[in-house]
Amino acid sequence: MTAISLKNLDISYGPTKVVEAASFDVAEGESFALVGESGSGKSTILKAIAGLAPDWTGEITVLGQPRGHSVDHGFASRCQMVFQDPYGSLHPRKSVDRVLSEPLKIHGISNRDARVEDMLAAVGLDRRFRFRYPHQLSGGQRQRVAIARALMLEPKVMLLDEPTSALDVSVQAEILNLLKKLRREQGLTYLMVTHNLPVVSFMCDRMAVMHKGRIVEIAPASALHDGRFQDPYTQSLYAASGGNPDRKD
Amino acid sequence: MTTMTDWLLDDSPTSRVQASLGRGYRMIRLLMRNPLAVIGAVILLTLIFAAVFAPWIAPHSPLGQNLSQRLLPPSSTHWMGTDELGRDIFSRVIYGARITLMIVALVAVIAAPLGLLIGAVSGYFGGWTDKVLMGVTDVFLSMPKLILALAFVAALGPGIENAIIAIAITSWPAYARIARAETLTFRNAEFISAMRLLGASHARIITGHVLPLCTSSMIVRVTLDMAGIILTAAGLGFLGLGAQPPLPEWGAMISRGRAFILDQWWVATMPGFAIIVVSLGFCFLGDGLRDVLDPKQGGKS
Amino acid sequence: MSQSPLLELENLRVSFPTPKGRVEVVKGLSFTLGRERLGIVGESGSGKSMTGRAILRLVRRPGQQDADKMTFDGIDLRRLSERRMRDLRGARISMIMQDPKFSLNPVMTIGEQIAEALRTHERLARRDVQARVLQMLEAVRINDPKRVMALYPHEVSGGMGQRIMIAMMLIPRPDLLIADEPTSALDVSVQAQVLDLIDELVRDKGMGLILISHDLNLVARYCDHILVMHAGQVVESCAASELHNATHPYTRGLLAAVPRMEETREELPVLDRSAWSGT
Repeated sequence: MTAISLKNLDISYGPTKVVEAASFDVAEGESFALVGESGSGKSTILKAIAGLAPDWTGEITVLGQPRGHSVDHGFASRCQMVFQDPYGSLHPRKSVDRVLSEPLKIHGISNRDARVEDMLAAVGLDRRFRFRYPHQLSGGQRQRVAIARALMLEPKVMLLDEPTSALDVSVQAEILNLLKKLRREQGLTYLMVTHNLPVVSFMCDRMAVMHKGRIVEIAPASALHDGRFQDPYTQSLYAASGGNPDRKD
Repeated sequence: MTTMTDWLLDDSPTSRVQASLGRGYRMIRLLMRNPLAVIGAVILLTLIFAAVFAPWIAPHSPLGQNLSQRLLPPSSTHWMGTDELGRDIFSRVIYGARITLMIVALVAVIAAPLGLLIGAVSGYFGGWTDKVLMGVTDVFLSMPKLILALAFVAALGPGIENAIIAIAITSWPAYARIARAETLTFRNAEFISAMRLLGASHARIITGHVLPLCTSSMIVRVTLDMAGIILTAAGLGFLGLGAQPPLPEWGAMISRGRAFILDQWWVATMPGFAIIVVSLGFCFLGDGLRDVLDPKQGGKS
Repeated sequence: MSQSPLLELENLRVSFPTPKGRVEVVKGLSFTLGRERLGIVGESGSGKSMTGRAILRLVRRPGQQDADKMTFDGIDLRRLSERRMRDLRGARISMIMQDPKFSLNPVMTIGEQIAEALRTHERLARRDVQARVLQMLEAVRINDPKRVMALYPHEVSGGMGQRIMIAMMLIPRPDLLIADEPTSALDVSVQAQVLDLIDELVRDKGMGLILISHDLNLVARYCDHILVMHAGQVVESCAASELHNATHPYTRGLLAAVPRMEETREELPVLDRSAWSGT
C-alpha cells in the first residue's frame, strides 16, 4: 500500500503558485526525500500534507485515505511532523512532561505516566529530563523531545522538515541515527525535506528534486554515489553539494 | 534549609510539583534581588494585612462620629488626626484599604481576563475576527478613561459597584491590545502548528498554549496599571461618583478634606498619602516583575 | 613570509559572569596570522565566534576579554582607545556576519549603505564615491549594479544580500577580513559562489582572512591553516591539507560524523564526549 500519494498537486500562497503539478508516491515503510533549495516549494508540500497550507488543488492521499483541506483529529494519530527549529517547536513555558502528555490528553489516552517514560527511553533521553523546561535543554535534546512528541500517538507516517539543519554536525549524527533506529523498530514511513544531499544518502531510499515549484527528477538515493542524474538542475545541485566522484578532498 | 533549596533548584526534578515549585522559587529569588521590587512587595503585603485585620488594627470605628473631637491635628490618640465629623482618619485609612483592595482585585479579575481572551482570540485567528474585535477595542481605546468611566457611572448611577464596573469596562482594551500583539509574535510558531497537527482544537490551543504565554506580560501590565486604577477610583470618589459616604474610600476622603485644606491639612493629605504609597508600591513591584517574567529575557538562554 | 605578521594573539581569554561565577568561553587562545587564510572550526558554544568578536574588541558587557598580546600590524589592540578602535574597525579589519538580513539597514538603499561604509573611513568627492561603489558591486559580481544600488535590502535575495555585505566590508580596502559563518544562511549553490568570491578578493588584494565556520570540509577547502576549537580551547592546529590526518579524537570524531555523499555506513559514529576532558 502506498503511504503517501500526491497527484497533480498545486499549492498557492495568495495569488502566487508555489508548487505546480507535483505527483509522487511513497510506499509504506519507505524513506523518501524532497530535495531542493530555499523557495523551491519543498516545505510547502509537507505543510499541505499536514494540513497547514490549506490552499491547494489536486489529490493528497495518506494511508489510503484522501486528505481534507484542514487539520483533523483522526489524521493526527496516523501522520505527524517534526519541525526544523528545535528552539521554536517547543512551548517555552511547558516542561518535557507536559509536552509529551498533551497529545495523550487530547486523544483521551490513559496510562500517560508509563507512556511518557517509555517514549523518553525510546528517543534516548534520560528520565532526569522529564520535568525540565526547554531552556534547560540543548538543541539536540529539544529535537529528541520534538520527535518523541510526534511519536506519542504512534503514527505510521512521519513528515520531517529539515530535522537536523539547525544542529551541530555531531548532534546531527545522533539525531539521524535515532531517526533511522526508530524507523527500523516501528516500521515508519518518512517523508523528509532537506537541502543536504549527504543526509539523503544516509537516510533515504528515494528522492524527488524540486526546483522553482516543480519536481524535476525522482531518483533512487543510490544515484548520489555516482551522480547518475538526468536533469541538468539536479546535476548542478549535486556538483555544488560537493558530489563529484573525482573531487580532490 | 540548604537541602530544601537544593531540592528546589535541582536541575533534574523528579516530579511535577518539584518542577513548578522550583520555577516559582527561582522567580522569587530573582525578584528579591531587586530592592525596589521588595519595597513594592512589602507595601502591598502591608496593604493586604491592613485590609484583612482592619478591625484589630484600627483604634477607633471608621464610621462612628464624635462631634466634640472635630478636626483634631495628628496626636498620640489620633495618629492622623480627625475629620470634620470627629472620625479617626487613621482608622478610616485602614478600613479604606479594604475598599481599595476590593476595587483593584475586582477590576483585575474582570478586565484582565476579558482583555486577555479578546486579544488572544483576535491575534490567533486573524482575518475578520481580528478586524471586528480590534475595531471594538479601538472604539473603547479612543475615549479618555476617566470620561468614559464618568459616562458609565452617570448612566448606571453612583456607587462603588458601578465605579468598579465602569473602570473595568474602560481598562480591558489596553490588555486586549497587549495580548494580541503578544499572540501575533508566536501564532505561526512551530509549537502552535505542532499542537494543531496533534489534533488539538482551537479552544484548547488558545486556553492551553496561547494564554499562558500572554499571562506574564499581562501580570506585569496589570500591576503597573493598578496605580492608575486606584487613581481613577479615587478620582471617581473625589467627584462623588464612586464610593458614597460614609464609606471610607480614600478619594472621597480627599474630596471632603478639600474644604479644610488650608487650615486642617491632614484631612486631605493623609488619604492622599495612602494613595501615593500604594500606587508606588504597585509600580515598583510591576517593574520588578517585568524583569523576572518578561519572556523576551527569560525565553532563550 | 618575511614581513611582520598581520595579527598576533597570545593567550586570549573571554569570560562571562553566571550565577555560579565567571565562565570562560575562550580559554587562552594564541595564533599568529600573516597575509593568509585561517579557518576556525568548532561547534556551537566552542567560542569560535567570540574569538572573532574579541579581535575587534566587540565582546559586549558583561563579557570581559583580555590577552597577553593582541597586536594588529604592530598596533597594540589592547591599549587602543575606543575611538581609535572604531577607526580601525571597518577600515582595516572588517567582519562579515552570518545573516545579511540582520546586518543591513532596512530603510536605506543599498547604494547609500555601501557609500556610507566608504565615507566613514575616507574623504572622497561624491562622484568618486559613486564610482567606487559601482566598481565594488561589479567586483562582487552583481549584474546591473546601477539598478541594485537603488534597491532596499528586502528587495534582494539572500545570496545577493551577502554579496552586498561583502562589498560593504571590502570597499574601505581592509587588511584583514573576519568572516563569521558567511554562508550558512545561504543555499549550497550560492554558498560556493560567495566563498569563491571572498577567496578571490582576498587573494587579489593580499588580505588576511579568518573564516569562522562549523563546516570542517568547507574550511578545509578555502583556508591554508585550520584551528579546531572545542569548549574554548584549540584542540587541533594543522595545515588545511593535513586535516584528514588529524590526530585529536574530537577532530576525528567531527570528521567521521558528517554524512558523506556516497554513504554506505548503517550508523554514523557519534562523538563520545566523555573520551576527553574539557567539558
